Amino acid sequence: MASIGRLALWRFSRGFNIHAMTVTALLFASYAESLGSDRVELTLTGTTTVRDVVERLRAMPGGSSLPAAPLVAVNLTYAGADQRVESGDEVAIIPPVAGG
Amino acid sequence: MSIRTAIVRRAIDVSALLAEVESTANGATILFLGHVRELNDGRAVTGIEYSAYGEMAERELAAIVSECAEHFEVAHLVAEHRLGALELGDVSIAIVVAHPHRAEAYEASRFVIEEVKRRLPIWKREGYADGASEWVNAGGVAHEQPAQKQQ
Repeated sequence: MASIGRLALWRFSRGFNIHAMTVTALLFASYAESLGSDRVELTLTGTTTVRDVVERLRAMPGGSSLPAAPLVAVNLTYAGADQRVESGDEVAIIPPVAGG
Repeated sequence: MSIRTAIVRRAIDVSALLAEVESTANGATILFLGHVRELNDGRAVTGIEYSAYGEMAERELAAIVSECAEHFEVAHLVAEHRLGALELGDVSIAIVVAHPHRAEAYEASRFVIEEVKRRLPIWKREGYADGASEWVNAGGVAHEQPAQKQQ
C-alpha cells in the first residue's frame, strides 16, 4: 500500500512540477519534551534546506522553544542552515550538548 | 595499535580499559574519568540521566578519537561514554591514552574530553535533592522543566 501511495505521489509531483518529499525530523532532550515527540515526519515541497525544516518544526505546537538556528545533523553529520535536504533524509535537531 | 570507542549502558570497567592500552612501547598512560558530582550551581544533585542520539554519538566519538590519534600520533587510546541513570560518583566517561611520552599523552587526553564537551550529541538530566530535575546545558544554562510535567 505504501509503495502504491508513493508512486501516486511521484506521478502527481511530475504532473504538476512539484517535488513533494518526506523527511524525518528527530528531536532530543528538552526539544523532544517541548514538541511532545522525538520523531516527526514532515512533507515538504520545492527546494528544501535545513532552515526550512527548522521553520516547520518551530511553527508546530511547542516548537517556539526551538532556537531559529539550532545545531542540526543531516544523516548523522552536522550540517549548516543552507544545506539542501533530500527526500528520506534524517534531520536531527541537536540541543546544546552536555556529554562528559 | 589499540584504538577503540564505545557508548555503553553499563558500568565502565576502568581496570579493563587500562589493560587494553598496555604496551611496552609507551612511557606514559593518562586516565581521565568524568564522575557524577554531588553539587551543581549550589544545588544538591542526586543523580544524572544521560541520553544520546545513539548512532551519531557512536560515530562522533569514533571520529574524535581518530582525529586525536592522527594528530598526536597516539596508537593506544580507548574512550567509553556511559548512558542511562547514573548515581553520585558513577563514572560517566573514561578516556585512557598511552603514549611513549607524557606531553603528548596529556594533550591527547585533553583533546578528547574537550571535543566530547563540544560536539558529542549526549544530554543529561540532573535530579536534585528537592525532587526537581532539569536538562543541563554544558554552557551552564539549564532548561527549566515545564511545571505541569513535574507532577
